[in-house]
Amino acid sequence: MSVKDFEMVIGLEVHCELSTKTKIFCSCPTSYGAPPNTQICPVCMGMPGTLPVLNRKVVEYAIKAGLATNCTINRHSVQDRKNYFYPDLPKAYQISQYDLPLCEHGWLEIGDEGTKKRIGITRIHIEEDAGKLIHDEKLGTLIDCNRCGVPLIEIVSEPDIRSASEAVGYLKKLRSLILYTGVSDCKMNEGSMRCDVNLSVRKVGECELGTRTEIKNLNSFSSVERAIESEFLRQVEEIEAGGRIVQETRRFDQESGKTSSMRSKENADDYRYFPDPDLLPILTSEEKLKELSESIPTMPDVRRMQVMEDYQLSAYDAELITADPDRTDYFAKTAKLTRYPKTAANLLIGELSEGVGRLSEAHFAGLCDLLGDGVIGSATAKKLIRELTETDADPALLVEQRGLRQITDRRLLTELAQKAVSENPKALQDFAKGKSAAVMSIVGKVMSATGGRADPTLTNTIVSEIFRQELGK
Amino acid sequence: MSQKMITAMTLFELSDKIQKKELSSSEITDAYLQKIAETDDKIGAYLTVCADSARKAAKKCDQMPPKGRLWGIPVGIKDNICTKGVKTTCASKMLEDFTPVYDATAWKSLENSGAVLLGKLNMDEFAMGSSTENSFFHPTHNPHDVSRVPGGSSGGSAAAVAAELAPYTLGSDTGGSVRQPAAFCGVVGMKPTYGSVSRNGLIAFASSLDQIGPITKDVRDNALVLDAIRGKDPMDSTSVNSDAPSALSELEKGVKGMKIALPVEFFGEGLSPDVKNSVLSAAKTFEGLGASVDYVSMPLLSEALPAYYILSGAEASSNLARFDGIRYGHRTDEYRDVEELYRKSRSEGFGREVKRRIMLGTFALSAGYYDAYYKKALQMRRMISDLYGSVFESYDLILSPTAPTVAYKLGEKTEDPMEMYLGDIYTVPVSIAGLPALSLPCGKGDSGLPVGMQLIGKAFDEATVYQAAYAYEQSEGGKII
Repeated sequence: MSVKDFEMVIGLEVHCELSTKTKIFCSCPTSYGAPPNTQICPVCMGMPGTLPVLNRKVVEYAIKAGLATNCTINRHSVQDRKNYFYPDLPKAYQISQYDLPLCEHGWLEIGDEGTKKRIGITRIHIEEDAGKLIHDEKLGTLIDCNRCGVPLIEIVSEPDIRSASEAVGYLKKLRSLILYTGVSDCKMNEGSMRCDVNLSVRKVGECELGTRTEIKNLNSFSSVERAIESEFLRQVEEIEAGGRIVQETRRFDQESGKTSSMRSKENADDYRYFPDPDLLPILTSEEKLKELSESIPTMPDVRRMQVMEDYQLSAYDAELITADPDRTDYFAKTAKLTRYPKTAANLLIGELSEGVGRLSEAHFAGLCDLLGDGVIGSATAKKLIRELTETDADPALLVEQRGLRQITDRRLLTELAQKAVSENPKALQDFAKGKSAAVMSIVGKVMSATGGRADPTLTNTIVSEIFRQELGK
Repeated sequence: MSQKMITAMTLFELSDKIQKKELSSSEITDAYLQKIAETDDKIGAYLTVCADSARKAAKKCDQMPPKGRLWGIPVGIKDNICTKGVKTTCASKMLEDFTPVYDATAWKSLENSGAVLLGKLNMDEFAMGSSTENSFFHPTHNPHDVSRVPGGSSGGSAAAVAAELAPYTLGSDTGGSVRQPAAFCGVVGMKPTYGSVSRNGLIAFASSLDQIGPITKDVRDNALVLDAIRGKDPMDSTSVNSDAPSALSELEKGVKGMKIALPVEFFGEGLSPDVKNSVLSAAKTFEGLGASVDYVSMPLLSEALPAYYILSGAEASSNLARFDGIRYGHRTDEYRDVEELYRKSRSEGFGREVKRRIMLGTFALSAGYYDAYYKKALQMRRMISDLYGSVFESYDLILSPTAPTVAYKLGEKTEDPMEMYLGDIYTVPVSIAGLPALSLPCGKGDSGLPVGMQLIGKAFDEATVYQAAYAYEQSEGGKII
């Protein structure tokens, strides 16, 4: 028996913080990073006598997320109390949803052409977030209640995922869909998107599910990937050694890349769910549903196809660009202003992958034209782009002012190339031995001599010619 | 005017005096504060008396022209209703030193109308009880016979009005906690339709049952206070704006042609003969005034009591979980970890009845038992509501005793919780159905103690209830204490 005989069965629970201005049951602000306990009120502190009042934007946002993931929206939905004691939970119950969630039976598609797969989404429901506990050596445990009552949607997938890369594919797709709806900014590093992994293993071909463990504390896609690989191996090893898997929550450790037991879920907690008597059922009308679906922008899959068709981008490039709605809009605008949309795409995916800063679409388009027309070389373009994201200067002006035009003068380039060849005889010898990289080393010398402005393609041709001539002699 | 004369007046009479400038708010407030200082040691109605702030507030009222009928008139508030800056304890060790940072909406409405806060009134701990003997601090004594209970859980609120220690008070009613003490103390107490009065700031016992209600010397006073505190509150999603007219405007219409039902099962076993006689005699009075009175069979109502204790216990177990010693309330002195912090704080902070109900409620909600208890209780609730609905298709009001006996002696029922619970059989079904119900005095029972009758109306039809109560009261010569 070996790892190959086993398959992993994964379900993902994703919590997204909704980007409403105020909390789910009170009018406290939800902004990130405020000093501790400065965004609280009697309601979210669970003070005696206070009552929750539902923020309707939260419902609208959750429904939009459901529509974007092909869910059925339950026209009659109920909020329930999930009762448990923990210091970060002021009321000692979390208002969540139990058997009548807002959204159910959805799906999303992952994979490329030919490998597409649907991952089911069991449900999406709304709930309130708890506070944060900070453990201090001297002071003990400190509680920051700013996060209490921040609205969350919990998105539960069917256990349809069979590999770490599928898991990451699902998360990327889910993130993209949610970003497009505008209901959350999905930043894993800020906690506005959190992922828990439920993983079990079984022998390939078996239908029954094995015992699953839950893995928490995953704050990036790569952590998710590593945690899955590690936990899969651990479970397989355990089973092969004759042991059994304990149903428990495990914590992923970034450093070691391994999971460790947090608390046993042998006896699942009894949350004593019951409908919250302080809140009314959520009733959604057909008009409201229509209004919400019309407010959702074109979804990433459609925009990806559009961008591939209109600009002949590869599926891979199109995917990278359209994962983020803002980037898609930026690209679309730029593509209309430049004669070289493919160049724009490449730069967006490459040099500008971290963000476009202050660079306007117009100036970006201008840069692409300069590059596409051969007025400047790619080395120059790359150097300029850093500056442009900060200043949004006009690239055409900079090129003229600083004399950055690409050198295409054959005579000058041949002069420089010959000089470089005579100064580096080894290169010619290497070329004679069949090392074609020798050409590049001379091209490099010419580039240095011209401050990066020599046309690399032309220079390459010239150097090759020179080499052949020399050898021909 | 003497203290005696002032404290004998109704809210309406005081209001007239203020409008005519024959009495000032300061004089009225002083009279009450004086009487409290002199006699409350025998009654024990108050937990906190706000003498200084009351005088200040009264003075402020006197400096401005009166805005409405409640202007400048003092009031006592049950100690589970949040009053900003004034200790609110729920008569529990858990909240012994707790001071709310905001005002309950109902209290705020009164304050905005110029009411002067005399102090906070005693109650059964967290509103769980029917005799005020579950107060952590001390019991309250029935002003008609201080060896007896005033009823509960709003015992302090009812006793204060009966003993003339406040012209009117606010209590809260979950299964009878305004009506039953009103009956025991011979005063008028109303539990409005669920959703009429905001629960924002009422420290929750059972969220789907709790309502704040006024306790007064007579019916007209009661209608006035209810008008001032009812209405939709954006802070309470379960509160409702009804387009029902002001109860005051309909008060004097009389009962001619009204059809009143008597649930026959409520007049059988378990009802003390003296109470039975008083209530049936009141039924005769209604007939004499032009109403028709019939016995109606409503056997399902006997299922209300167990359903009530399951539903209220379940909700209470969840509502009281926030008292964990972390952010406010009692925290135990020594603990090794958070589990111990919770366990000791709650064990020390809660009294026996509260613990009993929390355990009952937790059990009813627990895995494997939810369907058998909580879900069944919800279904029973639906059926009882439907039963009332069908009776109200043919009747305008239901008349019953408020409690099966008159006030009993302190300590008489504290040994057996079930005996205590059985005292709620007439009031609890009404709470389950969310209907409005008023208790008013209808005679004297054994040992000369007051008997109360309960008038139950259709949802949001407080007007009809007050109408009938007023007609009865007037026929008996005005207020009866």
